[in-house]
Amino acid sequence: MSEYEIVDHEHDVVVVGAGGAGLRATLGMVSGGLKTACITKVFPTRSHTVAAQGGIGAALNNMGENDSWQFHMYDTVKGSDWLGDQDAIEYMCKEAIPSVTELENFGVPFSRTEDGEVYQRPFGGHTLDYGKKMARRACAAADRTGHAILHTLYQQCLKYQAEFFVEYIALDLLMDDNGKCVGVLALCMDDGKIHRFRGHQTVLATGGYGRVYFSCTSAHTCTGDGNAMVLRAGLPLQDMEFVQFHPTGVYGAGVLITEGSRGEGGYLTNSEGERFMERYAPTAKDLASRDVVSRSMTIEINEGRGVGPNKDHIFMHLEHIDPATLQMRLPGISETAKIFCGVDVTKEPIPVLPTVHYNMGGIPTNYHGEVVTRKGNDQDAVVSGLMAIGEAACVSVHGANRLGTNSLLDIVVFGRAAAQRALKTVEKGSAHVPLPKRVTDKILARLDKVRYSNGDISVGEVRNSMQNAMQKHAAVFRSNISMEEGVQKVDTISKGMDNIGIKDRSMIFNTDLVEALELENLMQQAIVTMKSADQRKESRGAHSHEDYPERDDKNWMKHTIMWLNEKNKTKLDYRDVHLNTLTNEVASIPPAARVY
Amino acid sequence: MAEFALPKHSKIVKGIDYPLNNEAENTKKINVYRWSPDDDENPRIDSYTIDLDQCGPMVLDALIKIKQEIDSSLTFRRSCREGICGSCSMNIDGTNTLACLKSIDDVKGDINIYPLPHMEVIKDLVPDLSKAYEQLTSVKPWLQSKSDPEKGKSRKQSPKEREKIDGLWECVLCFSCSTSCPSYWWNGDKYLGPAVLLQAYRWIADSRDENTEQRLEELEDSFKLYRCHTIMNCTKTCPKGLNPAKAIGEIKKLQLERK
Repeated sequence: MSEYEIVDHEHDVVVVGAGGAGLRATLGMVSGGLKTACITKVFPTRSHTVAAQGGIGAALNNMGENDSWQFHMYDTVKGSDWLGDQDAIEYMCKEAIPSVTELENFGVPFSRTEDGEVYQRPFGGHTLDYGKKMARRACAAADRTGHAILHTLYQQCLKYQAEFFVEYIALDLLMDDNGKCVGVLALCMDDGKIHRFRGHQTVLATGGYGRVYFSCTSAHTCTGDGNAMVLRAGLPLQDMEFVQFHPTGVYGAGVLITEGSRGEGGYLTNSEGERFMERYAPTAKDLASRDVVSRSMTIEINEGRGVGPNKDHIFMHLEHIDPATLQMRLPGISETAKIFCGVDVTKEPIPVLPTVHYNMGGIPTNYHGEVVTRKGNDQDAVVSGLMAIGEAACVSVHGANRLGTNSLLDIVVFGRAAAQRALKTVEKGSAHVPLPKRVTDKILARLDKVRYSNGDISVGEVRNSMQNAMQKHAAVFRSNISMEEGVQKVDTISKGMDNIGIKDRSMIFNTDLVEALELENLMQQAIVTMKSADQRKESRGAHSHEDYPERDDKNWMKHTIMWLNEKNKTKLDYRDVHLNTLTNEVASIPPAARVY
Repeated sequence: MAEFALPKHSKIVKGIDYPLNNEAENTKKINVYRWSPDDDENPRIDSYTIDLDQCGPMVLDALIKIKQEIDSSLTFRRSCREGICGSCSMNIDGTNTLACLKSIDDVKGDINIYPLPHMEVIKDLVPDLSKAYEQLTSVKPWLQSKSDPEKGKSRKQSPKEREKIDGLWECVLCFSCSTSCPSYWWNGDKYLGPAVLLQAYRWIADSRDENTEQRLEELEDSFKLYRCHTIMNCTKTCPKGLNPAKAIGEIKKLQLERK
């Protein structure tokens, strides 16, 4: 094995990732006096939170509608198709109000109402009075809310002089012999040195893994590195079969057009010019849940009513909206439509297609952000020293389908919760126990294998095959035959990892190496996603099974958890859904048919 | 007589030519600046000819295609590919911009790609932005107020007040503007440059910030602020259509009013 120079760091807490969740956690920890390292593979403001557009959900009730967090909770449970844990959902919807108010106090440039309050717009699946009419709950900064929040959180971290390690890629968790996480090993891209970060808590805020698919709204950097590190640490991932397709990705380019555009009055039509969502969701129409809208669009296309020369997409209309409103409320997507499809939104519709957008699944945690696993009958066994937040985590507040605006909310609420928990559980400045050399050596051996790989298949080739297989076999609609084929394909493609070759041998900013490491991470998640999907014999939320078109609460109201060993073999188990609420301020919401 | 010599690594040599092996009707030659610190070689220009019918519409698509299919060692930053993360800023066809927003068809003839000008290069198209980030921190780019908001309440801000920060807060920190500014090229160590001054003004213009006087005082410096000579390259080059020159002008105006 090569000799690497290893730089050692000791902190109270190590946060991996500097998107909204990582920054909110870092901010809470640093301002509470914990010595915190925030490691990130891109400069913080380049994290994918920056691309969130429409808004952050919180029942602030600024629009005079008697909104309440109980309504928000009901919508979220219903949106999750009753796979969400109701204790965690109660916590999120209740804490939404102080968390978003704090964001305003930090300086987020929210759009404003005439009264000078934070502006709120309608969004898919968000209703008043338990589904009776649409609510205006999405707190928005034009259509660049993620940018506004991410930059503000970074600014607050600067204020508290948080310690950042920028352009460091995390390699693996440091796990001791008792299964406790004691830190993380990372590669500094700038100079190629290895850094060993020790922390009493390691917080994974590494985001989703949209890039296992060929077409996604996710950034190139969304490779789910934390998820893969958890798998390699011998821990399971949860509900990985639930992948959200956003109804309105730009046809071809795959870039996002916010649901807020439908919140501001936009609507979808098919080749007959019909507003077809009225048929599928009579009350919510174009603002039904994302899984519902994406399915409806796919049915329209499959039945021959798609638009364009190949009848393979759908139109989204904004041209009936006052241009001044578009300029004020939706300037970002107006620009995006112009640049990526040459469309002037004041005159023509935007060609759109359901596009992979979000991973409901991830690292199982409780509502404090602590990672949990199943140990025998203990379904909520806390993994010592390890936390996960944001899209990487599966708390689970999104269950089988996430509502729009609840991802920005998730990162802020649980970033904050993780900080509060760490402040309670970590003794500031306490000593770190020495770690056997073999723990680091094992990780470096894996790095070396990739770094010196000289097979005849390129990273790009393997990545392409994987992305195409996932796109085809873990799609909006799935079937036994298609998924079985998908499992086989991904298994075969993953064997290609043994024959990859990289060209760049340098240790300075070696993106060839980084992309190969990311591909390894993606591949492990592709296997788990495909297998988790294949075993769930029902339809729920984003998982639409053509052979089992109904939800089956008796057999399947449970979280999938799946492990992956070093030979890429999976192990399957389940955890119960928490139907109980956190407090008696609200009653558990019993399962019901999901009609919008 | 004084002898002048170019600094090390300033001379760029011709590099490797990667022609297209198969027949294609619609091709484009892309010339890319390459330099690695691992050896003592001078920078070189590698040329890649690609089939545009098998490539996405943006310059970033071309770079990704090259990395994926021709030369995986080509090094550049990229992330969101939709112009919001600010990672892929570089000099394309003589102008600083974001590769993901720059259409290949907009460039007549070969496409020449260099890193952002006048920054230290880490490798290929990756500039060292750490000094620029430090300058950003130096203007304390966070909300400063003497009064705390009422507990559990948002601060109020009218739509009119809020409008004043439109065109300021949307900056993606790509530093295309600062690295297009001759004044910043000369005095980048002391002049803050348009990107950072835009950020400074973003807080001065925010009605919720109560530290305007102190902010202006700290900017009242012949280098930090007044090295701006209204050359306007910043505004011309901004890939997000923002106007840093105007923001700097506003700061100068406020400085005059203070006197």
